[in-house]
Parts: sequence; structure tokens; C-alpha cells
Amino acid sequence: MYSHSMRLNAEEEDILAGKRGDTLRKAMESIVRFGDVFGADSLVDLDHGVHLVTSFGIPLLGPVFDIMDELIASGLKTPEPFTVDPRPYDFANVPVGPIEKLIFRKVMYSRQEDYEGQLKKVGLKNDRAFTCACYFDEVGNIPARGAMLAWAESSAVVYANSVLGARSNRNSGVLELMCGIVGKAPRFGFLTDEGRAASWVIELNTTVCPEAQLLGSAIGMKVIEDVPYIRGLDRYLGGELDDRARDYLKDMGAATASNGAVGLYHVEGLTPEAKDKGKALVRKDAKVYVIDDAEIARIKAGYPMMWKDADAKPTRCFVGCPHLSRSQLYGWVDRLEASLKAAGRKRVAVPTVLTTAPDVEAAFRADAQAAARLKATGATLSSICPLMYMNNPLCGKKPVITNSNKLRTYTKARYYTDAEILAIVSGGRA
Amino acid sequence: MKKTFKGRPVVAGAAIGEAVVSKQGFNILASLQRDIMGKKPEVRCSDQNNPDIFNQVISGKVLCLPKTIGSTTGGMILQAAAALGVAPLALLFAEPIDSLAAGGVILAKVWNDRDIVTVDGLGDEFLAAVKNGCAVSITPDGAVTIETP
Repeated sequence: MYSHSMRLNAEEEDILAGKRGDTLRKAMESIVRFGDVFGADSLVDLDHGVHLVTSFGIPLLGPVFDIMDELIASGLKTPEPFTVDPRPYDFANVPVGPIEKLIFRKVMYSRQEDYEGQLKKVGLKNDRAFTCACYFDEVGNIPARGAMLAWAESSAVVYANSVLGARSNRNSGVLELMCGIVGKAPRFGFLTDEGRAASWVIELNTTVCPEAQLLGSAIGMKVIEDVPYIRGLDRYLGGELDDRARDYLKDMGAATASNGAVGLYHVEGLTPEAKDKGKALVRKDAKVYVIDDAEIARIKAGYPMMWKDADAKPTRCFVGCPHLSRSQLYGWVDRLEASLKAAGRKRVAVPTVLTTAPDVEAAFRADAQAAARLKATGATLSSICPLMYMNNPLCGKKPVITNSNKLRTYTKARYYTDAEILAIVSGGRA
Repeated sequence: MKKTFKGRPVVAGAAIGEAVVSKQGFNILASLQRDIMGKKPEVRCSDQNNPDIFNQVISGKVLCLPKTIGSTTGGMILQAAAALGVAPLALLFAEPIDSLAAGGVILAKVWNDRDIVTVDGLGDEFLAAVKNGCAVSITPDGAVTIETP
């Protein structure tokens, strides 16, 4: 039996001793060892369903699929239904050529259907539960403030911690499922008050509200995995977490988490803990990072050019990594229409895909007028994961543009601001 | 010349091997994906954003790094590499281990009975001293000795 350091209750000890089966023992041992590495003092009960990062049946994860089989054979599943990241392909709304389709189905994601079957058996909420933004109202995996979580998707973790005030560490894939199966997580890091204190103060001194994806990129690259306390952003976003503020923070947070490894940020006067505790959240030895217009410009200019031909005409544009909220989706329809009209065009010049959660997609398509307006622009709507879509040898080499700093970081997609994206897909230049 | 550093054993064990050194954060997914997907008998680093070790063999080597970075899928990729027998022999972290790498080595140990000997907190001086190709020996108490020409 593993000799643990943290404090366990009698039931937890029994599970770790294998008294409730060897598979559950391994799940428990995984999270206890994990907690011990980080100095956890105990396990806490999860207050809410988990969110998994692994949504793709990629054959290299064969050993993970073996674990899933073992869980299923032992009759184990999560007590609460869980959500999972988006699917890697959507041939109906993101068409690919026959060779690409073959590679997707037979090589890259040949285990997709099998894996989705495994997910259902261990507790997947439903067939529509595939999104990185599980916290949207339409999806419903929304933890309350203070809820103990064990999530993995980095953009979801940082949103849950920062905007919702829930408490999750940045868990590795599969570890989050182990926590879900056991119904517990080790108490350390962001699950504790001490772990939520800020070690950076970000002074936002820009003359206009910066693009969320650029501000997040700058913060992530500077603080890496530390907790920043952001001052000055409430000047632009106000003091209430309305749709606009939540959407901005979603995109900014995803950039902090992918350009660095931020799992929690506080925004003075806006996010729940910052509103309650203010500067008391900031450590005495916190460092300061000043962001002005020049710094935002410097960050953007520093992104490497990953295309072989810098002047190549884009073959696809992705908007929605992380997935677009319903309000963002309607906003993009308005802006696409206006931009196309100003350019004297009826349809987009670059195949453009807006991505959102399946439940949001369904709600949007149910609005026939809005769906028709989007269709008229030539853009399409999908619940695909652009990152997984681009993560193959053929798609990865194509000149793709995006307004996502996460997609830029993990693929060869080229980043543009929203305004630049609109100009390009309307037939102009950035 | 020999030099010894002391860290914390995360997965304790003894190992002797050849160093592969990443001075920058090691992206697990980007580094391992290509050759695991290609079912290669050994993995060469496929992360073109890591010039320190791009295209160098990682399998069976003592990987020296500050910490891992990138997707939260990283831990299970590491576990998969261990289960398939193509993981590094050991991981030596200059900094405290991060949650992704910790998840990976723990999953490999618990679910696949595969130990990737892991020591963290070896310090910046360790990463400055160790060079590609150095002979490295690790003892279960977290002592790491490097032999430089």
C-alpha cells in the first residue's frame, strides 16, 4: 500500500488499501500521490461535476483507452455527469477533402467513436456535452462560487477560478477523471485561500480597451503560472459581470492560460474575490507589470511567422477558440454583415468558421432568422475544436487565420485582431 | 569532472543515463506526439519551437528541464509514452515539478507500473551545468551526479 503523507479519513484509507476493488484503489492512489507531491493536507469532496480535456480518439492515447476499459469493467463512473472538450472534426460544417477525411477518420482520430462510447459509460452528460466552455448557461456545467472542482481544460479552469470564483487546480488530463471517479480532489494550490493570493500586480495604462486576446497573451507571457491582480480593466468593462465582461474575460483568460500557464487572475472591481477583498489579495512582495499601448503592440509584433509563405492567401479562418458565447455569436453575425456591406461584398472571401458549444449552436440554429443571416454571409457554424482540427499534418500546413491566441500558440495559425479578421474575410487586408 | 546536486525524489529510483537538456520549458504534447503517432521505436523531440533538443532522441534518456509547458493533455501523453516503452528514462527538473508532468509520472507508475525516475527542485545551477551527452547518475534519495568532460 502506498505510504501517503496527507491526512485521510477511514473511508479514504480503505479505498487506498484496495478494500473497494483494485481499480478504485488505483484511482485513489493517483490523486493521493498527486496531492502529496504538492503538499496537500487532505482530500476535499468535489461539489460539482468534472470537465475533461480529452475529447479526441487519437490512437497515441491507447494506454488511456485501456484505463477507460478498466474503469468500465469495474463498473466505475463519476457520481456527477461530466462535460468534455470539443470534438476534433465536423465534416458537415467544416468540409475537408477526401484525403484529409481519410486521415481524420482512419489515422488521426480513428478511435473517436470507440472513445465517445467509453466516455458515455463513465459518466458523460450527453451527446452535446462537447465544448471547452462548459460553463455557458446553455451547457449548464456551472459551479457555484467556492465550489471545489477538478477540471483540466486550461481555459475552463482559469474561467471557473477567476470569473465564477470556484476552486480548481490545473489538472492533467486523466487525473481530473480520477478525481471525478473518486469524487474528491487533493487540497492544495487554488483550492486554498493562500494559493489564490496574487504575486503580480498588472497596471493597465492603455488609452483604449486592449483586445482581450492580446492582453491575456501579455499577462500570460509575463507571469507564466503566477496569479495576477489586474488594475484598470474595470475602467473598460465596468463593475458587473454582464455578457460583455464575461465574454472578454473568457477570451483574455484563455490567452493567459495558453501563452503562459495562468490558472487564476483577479480583476480589481470586477471578479468576485477582487470585489470582496480588493488589494488584500495581493502579496506584499508582489511584482508589478505595467501594460500600455506600446507594450500591447510589442507583444503582437513578437509573434513568430509560422507560415512558409508570409504572403499566402488564407484558406480558412477560425473564430471561437475558446468557443463563442451566444452573445458573441450574434455579435459576429452583425459585424460580418456590416463589414461585408462596407466592402461591397455579399459573402466572405475566406472560408470562415465560427465555433461554439453544441447547445449554443442548437439554440442559434433554432433562431431561423439569425441562422439565415449567418448563412447569407457564407460563414459557417460548427462545434468543432479548431485546435484539434489543425492538429494533423495536412491541415496544420495550411495558411489559417484566427483571432485566438490559444490557437496561434499551439498551431501554425496566424493571429489577427477582430477588426483585422473582419477586414481580411471581407476581401481586404489586415 | 563530477558535480552532485540534490533534489526531491518525486518518483524515487536509481538510474544512469545520458543527458538531453532543454533549457526552456518542455512541451510534452508537441515533443512526443509525432513519433508516438508514427509508432516509432524511439521518440525524437518533434517540438520545432524548442531548438535545444529538436529532433534529438528522448526515449531512454535523462531529460533535464526547468519544467513542462503546454496543453493539459501533457500528463496523459507522458503516461502513454511510458506505457509504450518510449518515455525518457528519467526527468530532472530544475524547478518544482508542475502539475502536468506530475500527473504523467504518477499515472504511469500507478496504472502501468512504469517508473520514470523523477527528481525536482535541482536548481538553476543544475540546468546551467548539465550538457547534452553528459553522463548522469541518480540515486533514490534524489542526488544527481553529472559528469562533464
